[in-house]
Amino acid sequence: MVTVEAAERPTETPPRPRRRRGIQETRGYRVFQVANGIILTLVVIVTLYPFVNIVARSMSDEAYIIAGQVNLVPRGFTVDTYQLLMSDSLFWTNYRNTVFYTVTATVVSIVMTTCYAYVLSKKQLKGRGALVGIAVFTMFFSGGLIPNYVLVTSLGLKNSVWAIALPNAINVFNLLVMKAFFESLPVELEEAAAVDGLNTYGILLRIVLPLSKAIVATMVLFYAVAFWNSWFAAFLYMDRQELWPVTVYLRNLIAGATGAENVGAIAAADEVQAEATLKAVTIVLTTLPILLVYPFVQRYFVRGIMLGAVKG
Amino acid sequence: MSAPTTATSPAPDTTTPAPPVRARSQSWRRALRRDWQLYSLAILPLLFFLIFRYLPMLGNVIAFRRFQPGGSIFGEYWVGLRYVKMFLNDPTFWNVFNNTLILGGLTLLFCFPLPIILALLLNEVRTRRLKQFVQSVSYLPHFLSIVIVAAMVMQLLSMDGTVNQLVKAGDGEAIPFLQRPEWFRTIYVSSEVWQTVGWGTILYLAALTTIDEDLYEAARIDGANRWRQTWHVTLPGIRPTMVTLLILNIGAFMAVGFEKILLLYNPLTYPTADVISTYLFRMGFASSNFSYAAAIGLFEALIGLILVMSANLIARRTVGTSLW
Repeated sequence: MVTVEAAERPTETPPRPRRRRGIQETRGYRVFQVANGIILTLVVIVTLYPFVNIVARSMSDEAYIIAGQVNLVPRGFTVDTYQLLMSDSLFWTNYRNTVFYTVTATVVSIVMTTCYAYVLSKKQLKGRGALVGIAVFTMFFSGGLIPNYVLVTSLGLKNSVWAIALPNAINVFNLLVMKAFFESLPVELEEAAAVDGLNTYGILLRIVLPLSKAIVATMVLFYAVAFWNSWFAAFLYMDRQELWPVTVYLRNLIAGATGAENVGAIAAADEVQAEATLKAVTIVLTTLPILLVYPFVQRYFVRGIMLGAVKG
Repeated sequence: MSAPTTATSPAPDTTTPAPPVRARSQSWRRALRRDWQLYSLAILPLLFFLIFRYLPMLGNVIAFRRFQPGGSIFGEYWVGLRYVKMFLNDPTFWNVFNNTLILGGLTLLFCFPLPIILALLLNEVRTRRLKQFVQSVSYLPHFLSIVIVAAMVMQLLSMDGTVNQLVKAGDGEAIPFLQRPEWFRTIYVSSEVWQTVGWGTILYLAALTTIDEDLYEAARIDGANRWRQTWHVTLPGIRPTMVTLLILNIGAFMAVGFEKILLLYNPLTYPTADVISTYLFRMGFASSNFSYAAAIGLFEALIGLILVMSANLIARRTVGTSLW
């Protein structure tokens, strides 16, 4: 964890000792530095271009898009399509569903993951190896799509939030990250609390969790982003359009364009024969929440990933 | 990834010492009495694993049994290897099998080494601000829903999209890329690279910071230039990370991009785009042949398991790094 911190915190002292390799820069290395700068600039451009393009299309007049003239900047600037989409009550219903599914599923996941990770972090616990093994094995072998579908259907979970929340309640990678964090907490605190007469639940709630705010926050982000972005479970298990999350709304909008037949016919066929602008607007409005929180939460993700990797 | 920790941890192992049965059950009773509150916290998660992870594994028996929708989730009666024989004799199955290997192979070929290269390039950037900016930008696509990525791909490749404008500027005819089977692999792998390479650098960058500075010093004294320093110090320094990620990538090989392919393919591109997972999806849900689809799914999962175990074994034998 020490290295992680060091890697992340912006230091104000510019020349890190390691950068002083070599007494004098060779010419070859200077050429490399220039080439490297160009390559990384290209990486940034290629990564960002699709976003810019989508925003440009979303604010352009349909005619310019069809004529193939919209790339970096909007042509025939208009925000009418934004108003059009925002007046679609299904879009808002689906957006509300996304929020509701994300919150519910995240709460379930956090409770389950925290409980199990805490148990697994107790090194002296008898049978701990088996408990870890039960979880880790599922990383490499899973029942597969069909048996899962049959199970969820026969449990009567279709068309409810539980079809999304329960089958994905614990992500084993997240579990291992959290377990690693709990293992790094000092044992003495918990021992002292036990001497003071707290039972296991009390120790977890009043001693361990207050010390684990950072990791719990990271886990909330991990799960929330995953559930916010997920579409397939809802696509599979939600029969009615008023139950879809917004990702399925978008999926049905774009599926019309590729000529992809609606195999499975699980989700109803698209009613909307949408124009290019409408698609772009939907993409923008679906991506927006992620883009807005991204700058603030990105480093927590990085920290979480590294905690898992360093300990794992 | 923490399997090595668990394998080597001093946790009481219930199987190895094989004490007399009575002593063992007694020690279990003692552990239960002492730690019952801890065990109680594991009940719900264990139920989750049993119901939603292990029960579906057992549910795969419908690959060998006649399954009726609405009937038992374990099927009605045994039919032996009927469905296995069926897919082994199904030419479409072998076509999607090949597609899976090719797409999986191409994904591995590009999405495994590119993050290493990008991490090495980032590591040479001197301006801290610039480095952080490039990192932040390159992580971004990882946070997008696959639906959004697919939608962006479609917009960029549409007849009026940017790519076709470039084609036309180069005096070509606009190409309906997503309807052309010969383009599918390129499209799939490029979008995969776009979405995963930046995020993939994180672990390598972390590993790079742990390399001992003295090693570079020693290499320099031995007259190694930067290229040789990279080759002889940096790369060996991040080898454990490389091996771990390679094994994990190989484990994901068979499940190659199911959701993304489902969003991007269409009947015109089936010849190159259809993979095992999408084929079994259509078999199950379009043709309602659940047993047949389950047989294919079981086959896929078993190959995946065998791949990851062999990769792990080979890695342990050859470079001494492994997941477990």
